[in-house]
Amino acid sequence: MFVSYKWLQEYVDLTGVTADELAEKITKSGIEVEGVEILNKGIKGVVVGHVLEREQHPNADKLSKCLVDLGEGEPVQIICGAPNVAKGQKVAVAKVGAVLPGNFKIKKAKLRGEESNGMICSLQELGIEGKIVPKEYSEGIFVFPQEAEVGADAIALLGRDDQVLELSLTPNRADCLSMLGVAYEVAAILGRDVLLPESNLEPTAEKAADYVKVTVEAHEDNPLYAAKIIKNVKIGPSPLWLQARLMNAGIRPHNNVVDITNYILLEYGQPLHAFDYDRLGSKEILVRRAHDGEKLVTLDDMERTLTSDHLVITNGTEPVALAGVMGGANSEVTSDTTTVLLEAAYFNGQTVRKASKDHGLRSEASARFEKGVDPNRVQLAGERAAYLMAKFAGGEVLEGTVMVNTLKVEPAVVSITLEKINRVLGTGLEMSQVKDIFDRLQFEAAIEGDTITVTAPTRRGDIKIEEDLIEEVARLYGYDNIPKTLPVGTASGKLSAYQKKRRDVRNFLEGAGLYQTFTYSLTSEEKAAQFALETREAIRLAMPMSEDRSVLRLSIIPQLLEVVKYNSARQNDSLAVYETGNVFLSNGKEVLPDEEEHVAAAITGLWHNHSWQGEKKPVDFFVLKGILEGMFEKLGLNDRIEFVQAQVEGMHPGRTAEIRLNGTKIGFAGQVHPNVQKDLDIKDTYVFELSLKALLAENAEPLFYEPIPRFPSITRDIALVVNKETVSGTLKEIIVTEGAPFLKEAHVFDLYEGDKMEEGKKSIAFSLKYVDTERTLTDEEVTKVHEKVLAALEEKAGAVLRG
Amino acid sequence: MQERLKELQAEAIQKIEQSSSLKELNDIRVAYLGKKGPITEVLRGMGKLSAEERPIMGALANEVREAIASRLETKQAELEAAAVQAKLASETIDVTLPGRPVKAGNHHPLTRIIEEIEDLFIGMGYEIAEGPEVEQDYYNFEALNLPKGHPARDMQDSFYITEEILLRTHTSPVQARTMEKHQGKGPIKIICPGKVYRRDNDDATHSHQFMQIEGLVVGENIRMSDLKGTLEIFAKKMFGEDREIRLRPSFFPFTEPSVEMDISCKICGGHGCSVCKQTGWIEILGAGMVHPNVLEMAGYDSKKYTGFAFGMGPERIAMLKYGIDDIRHFYTDDIRFLMQFAKHE
Repeated sequence: MFVSYKWLQEYVDLTGVTADELAEKITKSGIEVEGVEILNKGIKGVVVGHVLEREQHPNADKLSKCLVDLGEGEPVQIICGAPNVAKGQKVAVAKVGAVLPGNFKIKKAKLRGEESNGMICSLQELGIEGKIVPKEYSEGIFVFPQEAEVGADAIALLGRDDQVLELSLTPNRADCLSMLGVAYEVAAILGRDVLLPESNLEPTAEKAADYVKVTVEAHEDNPLYAAKIIKNVKIGPSPLWLQARLMNAGIRPHNNVVDITNYILLEYGQPLHAFDYDRLGSKEILVRRAHDGEKLVTLDDMERTLTSDHLVITNGTEPVALAGVMGGANSEVTSDTTTVLLEAAYFNGQTVRKASKDHGLRSEASARFEKGVDPNRVQLAGERAAYLMAKFAGGEVLEGTVMVNTLKVEPAVVSITLEKINRVLGTGLEMSQVKDIFDRLQFEAAIEGDTITVTAPTRRGDIKIEEDLIEEVARLYGYDNIPKTLPVGTASGKLSAYQKKRRDVRNFLEGAGLYQTFTYSLTSEEKAAQFALETREAIRLAMPMSEDRSVLRLSIIPQLLEVVKYNSARQNDSLAVYETGNVFLSNGKEVLPDEEEHVAAAITGLWHNHSWQGEKKPVDFFVLKGILEGMFEKLGLNDRIEFVQAQVEGMHPGRTAEIRLNGTKIGFAGQVHPNVQKDLDIKDTYVFELSLKALLAENAEPLFYEPIPRFPSITRDIALVVNKETVSGTLKEIIVTEGAPFLKEAHVFDLYEGDKMEEGKKSIAFSLKYVDTERTLTDEEVTKVHEKVLAALEEKAGAVLRG
Repeated sequence: MQERLKELQAEAIQKIEQSSSLKELNDIRVAYLGKKGPITEVLRGMGKLSAEERPIMGALANEVREAIASRLETKQAELEAAAVQAKLASETIDVTLPGRPVKAGNHHPLTRIIEEIEDLFIGMGYEIAEGPEVEQDYYNFEALNLPKGHPARDMQDSFYITEEILLRTHTSPVQARTMEKHQGKGPIKIICPGKVYRRDNDDATHSHQFMQIEGLVVGENIRMSDLKGTLEIFAKKMFGEDREIRLRPSFFPFTEPSVEMDISCKICGGHGCSVCKQTGWIEILGAGMVHPNVLEMAGYDSKKYTGFAFGMGPERIAMLKYGIDDIRHFYTDDIRFLMQFAKHE
């Protein structure tokens, strides 16, 4: 809502309060003022000039040579490029020395050999947006009414010597979608009175009821419909001050009748509609739901197909307006209109909202109906519009209002105790202070003991319950004045075990060199299913904004590969990133999906790069595995994890492992399939994705100190020759099982698959460490166990010692 | 004989002084002090001396031996030290060459902000509650006093999956769920961070997916002043002790009264600049006293229980704190962006 500071002064005395001060006060007490716009953007020296002569410029087809009286000294010659400049017009002239918006200085000039002493201005050149300039002047200069005084300040006449407060209204304060509503608010803030506008209708002999009959079929949608008839109107431009006010509020002037309805919309917050009575084609108004498939061409010349959800105003048979949203072209007021039917109605907000949404039509009117207009102001607004039509369109307002009124207007009555106000706010207010606040708001308030009973005026439809009263008290008392305390109590807070472990996982991965990313949950249908740990039907939005963001992800890896692609396209082809976040597993369309938190990573390019010492190591599977093992170790779960060779779609068939926790698959790790890499135009990339939910649900063994061995250990290294297909994990398992209880450690320290081996064989070397915590092991004891290990290796895995 | 000894001493010492290696020094030792050396030879002639002269000459010979030996020792130490020094000098490296890099990634800036806020509130006794991102219309809207057809639903156009299921538009449904779980009993002190989704075209200031953190405190006698005090602690810890806060009345369907909190602008110190749009204040969060309808719907007696709630956007806070100009950076994950959030402030 744009509020003119000058216009507001008609309703509230603003003496001693500048526009900026007012903005600050309004903001602090509840309605955010987003800005105060100074309309006169540094304009100086623009006056009303009288075009005495106009002739064709001798050297230019599109220019006119004008002689203009500026009200001082001799008339001057001005060259003007506007197509509509004509002799006898009163126009805005920027004199030599004038300044226009953007610090544009007007100088004496020669245009195609002819002297020009100033510039005749369009409204756009004076800083008014083209879309609100009256249509007839939008392609040329603005023409003032003849009564404009030559030499007068054109900026003042256009109402541009004003400031406009831009109010950002929350949905509950629809009352401030009107100048009067703002006036009540400002009056309460300043503790001043509200001056109401006047409507003074002369009685006439003819009666409106003889011209029209009103019937309402849909009372719930339209509890109040009031029609007035104004005869003998002369359509023309409205007074300049009125046009100026509309433009300052961002509304384009049309003609006096339409402008007056818009003016009242701004003043009272009540949308009105003017029909050309003679074009209605009947003496009847019937308000009903539209028939399915019924058509109406609206004022914007669009044909609308209606349904029974939409409320229409009809002439008894044909629709003539989409109620509360837009009028019909068939009954529009034109320059030929002489009799006006003026509609003042109360339409149900939800009905209007539905129609407005279905037709993509949001108007100043629909916005107000949707949020609810003041039921007590509907008729007043109609009266005042009729009065202004009489005054400024020469019309004759016929006696009476033709009306169907089933509207029940019951102001809200709410009681609250002083104790409750102070208990909720943490204040120590006195009843007299509370009473004063309601007086300033012009809410009736009666006190009985500790209880105050407030009757809220109908313009404030947002006041319904105790808390609404508390808010009124708080905002007018001032939030600055409310004390600062803390909740009483001794609650102690901490992270849950899951949250704590999740932080550990993140910290571990970052410590290992990975950067955390945030990517989108919404992706394309195609990507959603790739790399999924668990395939379920993807969850699709009912109305996606684009195909790329239409489906919830089942895996994080596709997004991470996008990150790899993005960065490598920007010369960052060594990258290590990870993300923790939910994937979404459908449980069927009508129920909530399972949201499972995953952790995923992608590593590409050089893992280690210390080039001046000749160390450069590209990422490989074992870099990835090392990180994972470190993470499992940190979580105390290493013993329960297995890496098993696996085939996963989209992954390298020979370089991918399934990761199992207690034998159950929780994720996979490996290289992205070279074909996928090629499609994405990325280099070798290793990825993993795990169910973080499954991983963190598993608890580690309680932490318990294990004595440090006091006795020396004995190490035996063995090189085993096995078939190529035999994996080290199998051998290790045998060693660990057979080596108990003295075997403390066994690890691979060499792998040889070179040409010195027999065809189809390889050598894997293990280092075995034996120790007893109680005493020093003898060589014989170790040998005994070691022999048992070797025997088992041979028997179970065909492993023989390399000679 | 005496002279001969003195001569030998002088000669030996001169040679020692001139020697430049341990080997040379050893040769001198052998030459002068060895069994075949000149001193031994001189002493062999002692038999010709008188009994009186013999001990004197003996003592002198010992003196000369010792002098040479001592000089040898000193010189040896000197040469050894020089040798060590020379070896070390030859081992000199260029310490300005880069070190072997140790890998370290870091938190995404949003996690950094969120964890800072989480820790701050944990310190004030809050727990962290989480809830689903795909939510029922009931928890996202209706339980929060936003019945179907409510005009405020327009404020947050949503991604619906079915008529009853949507991507949550705020983290407030976690409040509703938490209250429901507490079955009408207090106290509750939670903050709820999480992803939320709205139908916005992605541009410099809008993102269809973003983060939110909500806070909720419900108990007997929770006051607006408690909200004000809590928010002030948050603002000062998060943005600096010198920052002022101000509450402005506002509107949210799930709180009444509702407020927005501004903090004084750090950049201009409250005088007005482009960051604060000349107002001197920067909007940080929305808050209010939990609406009695919300309490009642979750099973609380609104006569007995009151509560406050607040909600804020980590992206906005990060943008203000770090001077980030485009919200899309958070989701593009350009490594040159991510790497900037490793160090302490």
